[in-house]
Amino acid sequence: MQKTAVHSQLLTQTTYGLVEVQDLSVIFRDRHKTTTVLDKINFTVEPGSFVCLLGPSGCGKSTVLNTIAGFINPTNGAIFVDSQAVTKPGADRGFVFQQYSLLPWKTTSQNVELGLRIKGIKKAKRRELVCEYLNRVGLYKHRDSFPHQLSGGMKQRASIIRALINSPSVLLMDEPFSALDAQTRHMMQELLMEIWQEFKTTVIFVTHDIEEAVFLGDRILVMGVNPGHIKEDIAINLKRPRHIDDTLTPEFTQISRQILATIREETLKNMDC
Amino acid sequence: MISPTSKLKSNLDRDTSSLISKIFRLNKLGRRILSLIIFFGMWQFLCAINFQFLINFRFLPTPIEVVEATWDFFQSDPWVHFRSSIIRVLLGYAIASVLGIMLGILIGAWQKIDDLLSPPLELLRPIPAVAWIPLAILMFPTAEAGMIFITFVGGFFPILISTIKGVESTLNDTVLIRVGQCLGAKSWHIYKDIVIPGALPSIASGLVIGMGNAWFCLVTAEILAGRYGVGYITWESYVTSNYPPIVMGMLLIGLMGALSSWAVSRLTLALMPWRSIKKQDA
Repeated sequence: MQKTAVHSQLLTQTTYGLVEVQDLSVIFRDRHKTTTVLDKINFTVEPGSFVCLLGPSGCGKSTVLNTIAGFINPTNGAIFVDSQAVTKPGADRGFVFQQYSLLPWKTTSQNVELGLRIKGIKKAKRRELVCEYLNRVGLYKHRDSFPHQLSGGMKQRASIIRALINSPSVLLMDEPFSALDAQTRHMMQELLMEIWQEFKTTVIFVTHDIEEAVFLGDRILVMGVNPGHIKEDIAINLKRPRHIDDTLTPEFTQISRQILATIREETLKNMDC
Repeated sequence: MISPTSKLKSNLDRDTSSLISKIFRLNKLGRRILSLIIFFGMWQFLCAINFQFLINFRFLPTPIEVVEATWDFFQSDPWVHFRSSIIRVLLGYAIASVLGIMLGILIGAWQKIDDLLSPPLELLRPIPAVAWIPLAILMFPTAEAGMIFITFVGGFFPILISTIKGVESTLNDTVLIRVGQCLGAKSWHIYKDIVIPGALPSIASGLVIGMGNAWFCLVTAEILAGRYGVGYITWESYVTSNYPPIVMGMLLIGLMGALSSWAVSRLTLALMPWRSIKKQDA
């Protein structure tokens, strides 16, 4: 019942989900020095695909995501989402933060509902949608709890549907599971896979965890440091749906090992200077 | 081998330790009543022994004398005094709350408003309420308005400053503001759903402090009063060197201040159901 309801919403969705990053450079200047964080980054994310940005810390992967979100303005270059140039943050780009980011003064359902309220959707429609989404991630029972009463996994589930309920063109995720324990993280990864396969929203997922990137992504953009750039663009052709025990197959470890070598090289480079 | 004396000593230890543990096992209300009993007991005791070392208790009215003065006061018509004082404090406080919160949000949110309003406000802030008395007489047509103004002065600044700080710190919480932005929020929703609720705990503590300060200024305000008011009685007893009623007035003001601060803090807590306050030993 609920699943068909979610699908019906999907069909009415008019957004598309093409993300183009063209010659993106970000340079931070302060009084003492200028730091080139990103240098001429180019990539295109196909509608409905799941792309992971992977790299050692300090490679600027979060900066790429923040620039797509419109939180940071590019110094050079441009970003287009469905051919619209990005100039400021907007509801067409949903964001799931690394830190728990539910508003502490709103209950789970009020948090999830916020985007719809801002859009001016009628109350009855809002309630119906919020119910569907809460049910989908098993949070209906906790709809009236405040964030401090929820576990880390519940908070991130709520954050994900808070972004998805707006039917964004692209879902931007900044190491959303890095604060969770290993078991919860695996569950969240599987849940995210299922949701993504239902919604077919474009996802750009930032992580420093190789296994996570290989498990989730259609494609991995491995980033290098000093300044941040795309070092490798790897397509992951593992069959879907994937399960957590697929991470133990030789195929999987083969890909992971290859990426590990690249990342080690970059991490060492970063330590030298 | 346990000697009889050490056995006695350990018994004694057990008695005192059980007394102490009884005190700690008293509930919250019990502990609070106990603290008042100790306070008044100490005071009576220090007066009784004519304590005189650094602080002189010899000429101080004892709690019993104060109780007698209070009894006399309640025999006459006390409500007219209470009513006048409460109305003055509440009116001054209400104006202080509305103005303090509104100006605080504007100053906290916009640099230009901050630049235009803060210098004179900062200049006026350290001025004690008592220094305003001559101007209050000149500025206001009635003594009543002057008194309300003085209690307003007491309540206004803590509310203003806490609101400014609360708004500034929420606006500087990058993640919360970004959450709003990528849900499509424009200014109005950013303020209504994020900045103001985020500043609320800080505003609430300003309101509690402001309530106390408004009572704090009551004696000062009621120097202007002709006939009625708890602060007026306190001041008039000082002028006529009648000491027990002074202490009574002080304690009554303290009591009303404490009660109204408590009421404000309960009210503001009810506005923030997401806050659960736990102390270390609770």
